[in-house]
Amino acid sequence: MSDSTTQEAPATEQGSERRLNMIEAINDALDTMLTRDPDVIIMGEDVGYFGGVFRCTAGLQEKHGKTRVFDTPISECGIIGVAVGMGAYGLRPVPEIQFADYIYPGLDQLISEAARLRYRSAAEYIAPLTVRSPFGGGIFGGQTHSQSPEAIFAHVSGLKTVIPSTPYDAKGLLIAAIEDNDPVIFFEPKRIYNGPFDGYYDKPVQPWKKHRDSVVPEEYYRIPLGKARTVTEGEQLTVLAYGTMVHVVEEVCRQKGVEAHILDLRTLVPLDIEAIEQSVERTGRCLIVHEATRTAGFGAELSALVTERCFYHLEAPVERVTGFDTPYPHSLEWAYFPGPVRIGEAIDKILKD
Amino acid sequence: MAEGPQGHNKPALSLHVPEPKFRPGDAVDFSHLRITQPGEQARPDEACHANETAILCHDLIRVLGDDDMPHGPWDPKLDPETLREMLGHFALVRAFDERMFRGQRQGKTSFYMKCTGEEATSVAAAMALASDDMVFPSYRQQGVLIARGYPLIEMINQIYSNKGDKLKGRQLPIMYSSREHSFFSISGNLATQTPQAVGWAMASAIKGDSRIAATWVGEGSTAEGDFHSACTFATVYNAPVILNVINNQWAISSFSGFAGAERTTFAARALGYGLAGMRVDGNDPLAVYATQKWAADRARANAGPTLIEYFTYRAEGHSTSDDPSGYRSATEREEWPLGDPVMRLKKHLIALGEWDEERQEQLDKDCMEKVKATTKEAEKNGILGHGLHHPFRTMFEDVFEDLPWHLQEQAAQATHERKIKFPEKPPFE
Ligand SMILES: Cc1ncc(C[n+]2csc(CCOP(=O)(O)OP(=O)(O)O)c2C)c(N)n1
Repeated sequence: MSDSTTQEAPATEQGSERRLNMIEAINDALDTMLTRDPDVIIMGEDVGYFGGVFRCTAGLQEKHGKTRVFDTPISECGIIGVAVGMGAYGLRPVPEIQFADYIYPGLDQLISEAARLRYRSAAEYIAPLTVRSPFGGGIFGGQTHSQSPEAIFAHVSGLKTVIPSTPYDAKGLLIAAIEDNDPVIFFEPKRIYNGPFDGYYDKPVQPWKKHRDSVVPEEYYRIPLGKARTVTEGEQLTVLAYGTMVHVVEEVCRQKGVEAHILDLRTLVPLDIEAIEQSVERTGRCLIVHEATRTAGFGAELSALVTERCFYHLEAPVERVTGFDTPYPHSLEWAYFPGPVRIGEAIDKILKD
Repeated sequence: MAEGPQGHNKPALSLHVPEPKFRPGDAVDFSHLRITQPGEQARPDEACHANETAILCHDLIRVLGDDDMPHGPWDPKLDPETLREMLGHFALVRAFDERMFRGQRQGKTSFYMKCTGEEATSVAAAMALASDDMVFPSYRQQGVLIARGYPLIEMINQIYSNKGDKLKGRQLPIMYSSREHSFFSISGNLATQTPQAVGWAMASAIKGDSRIAATWVGEGSTAEGDFHSACTFATVYNAPVILNVINNQWAISSFSGFAGAERTTFAARALGYGLAGMRVDGNDPLAVYATQKWAADRARANAGPTLIEYFTYRAEGHSTSDDPSGYRSATEREEWPLGDPVMRLKKHLIALGEWDEERQEQLDKDCMEKVKATTKEAEKNGILGHGLHHPFRTMFEDVFEDLPWHLQEQAAQATHERKIKFPEKPPFE
């Protein structure tokens, strides 16, 4: 699924291929796992009867029953704490945190408990939970519905951080996350729940229907954690991105006629360092793009890794394009968002000499 | 700009900062505590509506009277054999605490925490549970492990972080874990185990299992959000769980008033959640056993969760790092009106004609010797800081199920350093 620089997918010959948006793909993954493994449990605010405020769990309670898929009190500390206990029992809970911005009340249970349970008990107990949460901006969510807190989790020993950018990946990665015996944070880029987003907020969003990566097989499949995806092949520079930014970067490169090797990291921990090294050693230039605030963001880690490991291959300094170090401002959302202008200028700078 | 407080023509507000009744040097008078008559508290049916326990949340359930005999409907009617077994666990916990405390003073480990005076809240409670009921303890429930027959040597290996420590020297001393004994790994972060216990209990109910869960939390730690989340989830899902609050009056140097005890009881927290609740003399082993059994039966019958406040007193310092003479009256311990659980059980057995001072002396001596011998045995595996700890390579194990590349690299770095620092040692040991 590399090489294409167009957004349009070729029309499917058989017409039998199922095309899903990311919400449907996530729902499909959850349905698949609820069916395959009786120990999988889904819980969270509004996830039961209503099917979640983003509808990711729609229909699952009806299909799998109230003790497999249920609503919880508005208590993120409770949701995650309870999930740790369920994991210790032997279940595979998949708690949903309604917005990533609300994960903080449950942070201690994630950082001090879930992440370290295996270590502190010398593997007597594990916390195989997968915390799903929509994250990122671009939907006029203001400063409490737009944050990208992935760096906080990537910094914690014992947690895995996963971020899909397509419906196909969302299903395969979520299945792998649920089957993983370590606690996983699964951040869903809500800006691209319904369709890939090119960064031009004043243009209508293309629905996933037309995108090649919206073909989501009905059957079970998994995408291993720790393997990046090559979005486009190119020799001019390497771009490291994940989530919504993958699509924005792809569009910017297409418009500028830049042949970039775009890597969708998919998982920040574990990170596909091999893919990164191989690409940067070939292109000699590296741009890192994320939506989260800049200072001590995950881009800083990526930049350090690339500099440490590929320094003698670099033709230009590693560049970072990120959100600003302010909270996400509601009315000025599109001034905050790392869109085509910011990314385009960074590419120009990297390619300058 | 600053003109002082706003609204100066209105009565000035004042902040209340709780203060314990007695400080170092003060004479202690506990007459303000309402000590109930043993046997006078009603015993509702285990399957009752939670409301029916409301009165028990402000009362104090007691069984053993001044005559050393049981009274009233909460008498668990334990046979002498069981009572002697309980006393045996008490004696062993006390001997163990004594020896480990000394071990810390001798530099064999960094830290220890005694549970002196609170033994009943763990030993008697554990005996009222089934051995495979899952427990989520805090750090002062060594009595649960002892009552469940966990090998002492495992406890000491853990405390010494030596090469026999099955937690590979990663946890602070006394932060045990034993899956085999249905004893959850102890966290250093207070109250985090409470929603986890509820989650485990919910999982057990989801799977149609018959095992229940119980958790222990200090009264100071009930102020943590986790505890309140636990209460909410327990009540919402009718989880088969027991939430034990050990009110030993002190949270390091902060008296129970800083967790809200000036206004209401900890048991009464149950009322707002719709949990069954009760306040119990935590130094009365029979009352502890009976109430824990009541709550366990209730949970097992799907009749609901219970919050129990065990009213007790922390007779010793908070830990080996604490000096209670700096913040509380030295006579509190002697004046504590509910006595000492070990003495009370001993006297009860003697009153029954099932025990005597000679046998007690022998028991204490046996326990001391057992602990001493086991300590010697454990010391062969090493003591903290003397190099006989777990193999070096284990440091990087168990962060994840598999070792990712970045940890592989860091492990290689650590091994490299090791070779420079200790050229005579094999790199992985
Ligand atoms: C979240 C957290 N905050 C603070 C501490 C430090 N600390 C350890 S024990 C303790 C007092 C706890 O008192 P209480 O809950 O009453 O239990 P007790 O020690 O009296 O048995 C404190 C503040 C901690 N371990 N965890």
